[in-house]
Amino acid sequence: MIPAYGDDDKADYSSNPSQALSNIFAVPRPDHRGTPSPAPRPDPDVLVIGGGAAALCAAITARRAGCSVLLAEQAPPALRGGNTRHSRNLRLSHHAPTPFTHGVYPPDEFWAELTRATEGTADPVLGRLLVERSTELTDWLSAAGVPLQPIASGVLPESRRTAFLLGGGKTLLNRLYDLAERLGVEIRYACEIRDPVIVGGRLTEIRAPDPLAPRAAIACCGGAQANRDWLRRHWGAAADGFINRGTPFASGALLESLLRQGVEPVGDPKAAYLVAVDARSPADDGGIVTRVRCMPEGLVVDTQGQRRHDEGGDTASTRYALWGQRLARWPDQTGYLILDARGQRAAPPALYPPLCADSLDGLASALGLDPAALQTTVDDYNAAVRAPSDEHDDWHTLGVNPPKTRHARPLTEPPFAAYPMRPGITFTYQGLAVDAHARVRLSTGGVVENLFAAGMIMAPNLMARGYVSGLALSIGLVFGRLAGEEAAGHVRQ
Amino acid sequence: MSASDIRAEARRVLGICDACGYCNGFCDLFEAARRRSALTDADLAHLANLCHACRNCFQACQYAPPHVFAVNVPRTLARMRHQSYLDHVWPQTFAPLLNHPVATVIGVTLGAILLLFALVLAFAPAGGGLAIETGATAGAFYRVLPWTLMVGLGVLPLGWSALAIGLGWRRYWGLTRPRRATTGEARRRWCAWRTTLADILNLRNLRGGGVGCNDLDARFSPWRRWLHQTLLGGLGLSFAATLAATFYHHGLGLQAPYPLLSPPVLLGTLGGIALMIASLGLGWLEWRTAPEPIASESRRLDQAFLGLLLAVAGSGLALLLWRATPAMASLLVVHLGTVLAFFMLLPYSKFVHAGYRAIALRCESLDPVSID
Ligand SMILES: Cc1cc2nc3c(=O)[nH]c(=O)nc-3n(C[C@H](O)[C@H](O)[C@H](O)COP(=O)(O)OP(=O)(O)OC[C@H]3O[C@@H](n4cnc5c(N)ncnc54)[C@H](O)[C@@H]3O)c2cc1C
Ligand code: HEM
Ligand code: SF4
Ligand code: SF4
Repeated sequence: MIPAYGDDDKADYSSNPSQALSNIFAVPRPDHRGTPSPAPRPDPDVLVIGGGAAALCAAITARRAGCSVLLAEQAPPALRGGNTRHSRNLRLSHHAPTPFTHGVYPPDEFWAELTRATEGTADPVLGRLLVERSTELTDWLSAAGVPLQPIASGVLPESRRTAFLLGGGKTLLNRLYDLAERLGVEIRYACEIRDPVIVGGRLTEIRAPDPLAPRAAIACCGGAQANRDWLRRHWGAAADGFINRGTPFASGALLESLLRQGVEPVGDPKAAYLVAVDARSPADDGGIVTRVRCMPEGLVVDTQGQRRHDEGGDTASTRYALWGQRLARWPDQTGYLILDARGQRAAPPALYPPLCADSLDGLASALGLDPAALQTTVDDYNAAVRAPSDEHDDWHTLGVNPPKTRHARPLTEPPFAAYPMRPGITFTYQGLAVDAHARVRLSTGGVVENLFAAGMIMAPNLMARGYVSGLALSIGLVFGRLAGEEAAGHVRQ
Repeated sequence: MSASDIRAEARRVLGICDACGYCNGFCDLFEAARRRSALTDADLAHLANLCHACRNCFQACQYAPPHVFAVNVPRTLARMRHQSYLDHVWPQTFAPLLNHPVATVIGVTLGAILLLFALVLAFAPAGGGLAIETGATAGAFYRVLPWTLMVGLGVLPLGWSALAIGLGWRRYWGLTRPRRATTGEARRRWCAWRTTLADILNLRNLRGGGVGCNDLDARFSPWRRWLHQTLLGGLGLSFAATLAATFYHHGLGLQAPYPLLSPPVLLGTLGGIALMIASLGLGWLEWRTAPEPIASESRRLDQAFLGLLLAVAGSGLALLLWRATPAMASLLVVHLGTVLAFFMLLPYSKFVHAGYRAIALRCESLDPVSID
C-alpha cells in the first residue's frame, strides 16, 4: 500500500495543486508575465533543435529570458521527446535529505563517482558545472510543475543518488511541453532540422525545412543510436544484430553534418552503451521493459550452446551493460539465458514470456540449438556446482570453465525456459565538444559563437565511456538550462 | 470484445506494466499487480476495481498508442471492470440493463413517474391528488399520495435492490477476497478497516500520488476527486434528511412538508445542491475529457447514472421551490418517480461500483504486505 503523499512534503514540493485548479479551465495560451511578446519576424531569436529534456529546458529558459523561441521536434506529437520518454530517474547532488532522495549526496561525491565510472574522461570544468548545478534541479522541476516521486510512496528502490520522476519521462515531457506552450514557445512537430551552414565561426543558416537564420541555435537532438549506417560503419555486420531501445529519430544526421563542417568531435565513435535485451523486441523504441535481467539465476549460452562468461560475477545493475557489450561480440549477437523452474520463479517480470519446454532437449530444438551441446553444457555445469560451505559462502562451481562464482544453483528442475537475447543500444558515445558556456567548439580552435549544445549530443564531454544511472537526464536538464541562458545572453548582446 | 478477449488484453497490458513499473507512484494498482503476477481471473477483477480511472498512467505511458505495445491501462481496466459488473449482476438475466444504461434509466424513470401518476389518480383521497390547491400545509404530501403507499413504494424496491446488490457484492467478495494465512488475525483485520475507510473517504487512489488526476488531458487536477466527494457528501446529507424526516414523523408526530428552516428541509436542500453540483460537474468532465483512456461502455454507464442523480436532485429542489404552488402535486409525483427509479436501478446501474470498489480497497488493506 502506498501511504499518501505527505502533506508537509506537498507544501514544499508538489507540482502546485493550486495551479491545478485553474488548469481545468485554462485554455493553453501564451503567458507573457515578465516576458516581452515574441518578435513577429519569422526568424526566431533562438532555435532549439530537438524535443527531449534538454531541448525543453533550453527553450523554457531562453523564453523566460525574453527571447522568441522556436522548438523543432522531428517526431510527431505522439512520439515526441526522444529517449527522455523512456527515462525514469536523474542523478542529483543534495546537501540534505529531500522528500525524493535519502541522506546527502555532496557534489564532490558525485564528481568522484563520475570520474571513476568514466575512467577519468569527464571534462573537469563541465563536470563541476554538472555536479554543482544538479543541486538546483529539484526546485527547478517542482516550479516547472514536473512531479518527482516521493520516497514516502514506499515503492521505490532506496536511492540516495537519484530521484525518480513520478510516472517517468513522459510526465516530465507533458509538463514541460505544457509550460513551454504557456510561455509562448513556438513548437513545431514532425520538423527535422538539417543542413546547418557554418561560416566564419557563425551558424548562418539552417533548414527547417525552409531556410532559417536564427540569431542563436541550441542543438539538443540526442545521439546517433538509431542510425544503422553509423553503427555499421563502426561495428560492421554486427550492427545488424543490435536493437535500438529508444527513439527511432536519433539519427545523428545533424551531428554528422556539424562534424563535417569542422566542429570538434568528442568521445569515441566506435563506442555504444549496450544492454542485454530480449531478442524478440521491436527494432526501435522498446524502452525499459525489453531488458533481460536475471542472468545470475541461470546460464547464458551462445548459438553453439556454449557458456562464455561467469553469470554470477556481477549482480549490481552494471551487469546489464556488461552483457550488452559481450553479446555484441558473440556470433549473430545472440545469446540465450537458460533457466530451470527454480530460476523462473526467481526471475523478475519480463516483457515476453520465455520459451519453455519440458526437457532440455525440447528447449534446444525450440531455440535451434544442438541438443547434445546444450545438454553437455548443463551437465558439466551441474556436476561442478558446490553448495556453500559456510554462511559467508555462496553457491559456486568448481572445475568448469568459465566458472560461475555466485548464485550457482544446479539447473535440474523442469520445465526449462530460455530468453533469447541481443544487445540493445541506448546511446552512442560521440558528440560535439563544448566550452563552459555550452558553446560548440571548432577543431581549429575557437567556437561557433551562436551555436550551443545540450543533452546527449554533448554528453560525451562528460562521459566518453562508462555510465552511472540517472546521469543522462541530469546532463540534459543542467546543460539545457545553461545553454538556454547562454543563448539568450548571446542574443541580447 | 468478448470476456476472454478483455481478460487476455488486461493480462498483456498488466504484464508490460509489471516489467516497467514507471507509474507505481500514481496509485496502488501497479504494486498490487506485481504481487499478483499470476493474474488469475479473480486477480483481474480485483485489479480492475482497484484502479480508480484517474488516467494518469495513460498520459504518462511511454507505450501508449501509436506505440506498437499499445498500452492503455485505464481503458483496458475500465472494460475489465465493466465485465466484472456484468459477471456479478443478480439475477443474470438483468445483465443487459448495464449494457444499455441510457435506455434503461430513461425507460425506468418514465415508467416509474407514469406509474405514480396512475396511483395518484387511483388512490388519492378526496380533495387531494393532482387537484390539490396549496402544498405547504402539514400533511399536504400525503393528500397527493397516501403515506402507506409512499412508504410501500420506497420499501419494496429498496428491499429487492438490497437483496440483488448484496448477492452480487457477496459473490464478488467470495471471488477476490485474500486467502493468505496472515490475513486471519482478528485484530489486524479490524485495524485494516481504518485504512479501508480512509481510502474510501479520501479516494486516495484518485490523488495521483499527490498531484491529482488527468481529468481532461495531460494536466493534473483535483476536480474529479473533489466532485465525487461532493457527491458522496450530497448523498449522505440526503440520507440524513430522510432520517430526520422519519424522526419528525414518528418521534414528533409532525407531518411533512416541514418548515424551510427545519433540519429535514435544510439537510435535504444542501444535499440536493451538492448532488446537483457534483453530477453536473462530473458530467461536464466526462463530456470534455480526452476519449482515449475511456471505455465507451463505462462512459455510457456513468452518464446514465449521472443523469438519474441529476433528475433526483433537480426534481427534489424544484419541489422545494414550488411546493406552495399548485404545481406541487405534479412535482412531488415526478420527484418520487425519480427516487423510485433510483431505488430500483441500484443493482443495475453504476451504483454497483461502490461495493466493488469498497471490497477492492478492503482486500488491499488486508493484504499481508500492506499490513506489515
Ligand atoms: C530505455 C531507456 C531508458 C533510459 N532511462 C534513463 C534514466 O532512467 N535516467 C537517465 O538519466 N537517462 C536514461 N536514459 C537516457 C536518457 O533518457 C537520454 O539519454 C536523455 O533523456 C537524452 O535527452 P536529450 O534531450 O539529450 O535527447 P532525447 O531525449 O533523445 O531527445 C532528442 C530529440 O531530438 C529530436 N531530433 C533528433 N534529430 C532531430 C533533428 N534533426 N531535428 C529536430 N529534432 C531532432 C528527437 O526526435 C528527440 O525528440 C534512458 C534511455 C533509454 C533508451
Ligand atoms: C465505496 C464508495 C465509493 C467509491 C470508493 C467510489 C469510487 C469511485 C471511483 C474511483 C470512480 C471513478 C472511476 C469509475 O468511473 O468507476 C467513481 C465514479 C463515480 N462514482 Fe463512485 N465511489 C463510491 C461510491 C459512490 C456512490 C455511493 C455514488 C453515488 C450514488 C457514486 C457515484 C459515482 C459516479 C456518478 C461516478 C462517475 C463519475 C465520472 O463520471 O467520472 N460513487 N467512483
Ligand atoms: S502504464 Fe505504461 S509507463 Fe506506466 S507502468 Fe504501465 S507500461 Fe509503464
Ligand atoms: S488509478 Fe489511475 S494511475 Fe492507477 S491504474 Fe488506474 S488510471 Fe492508472
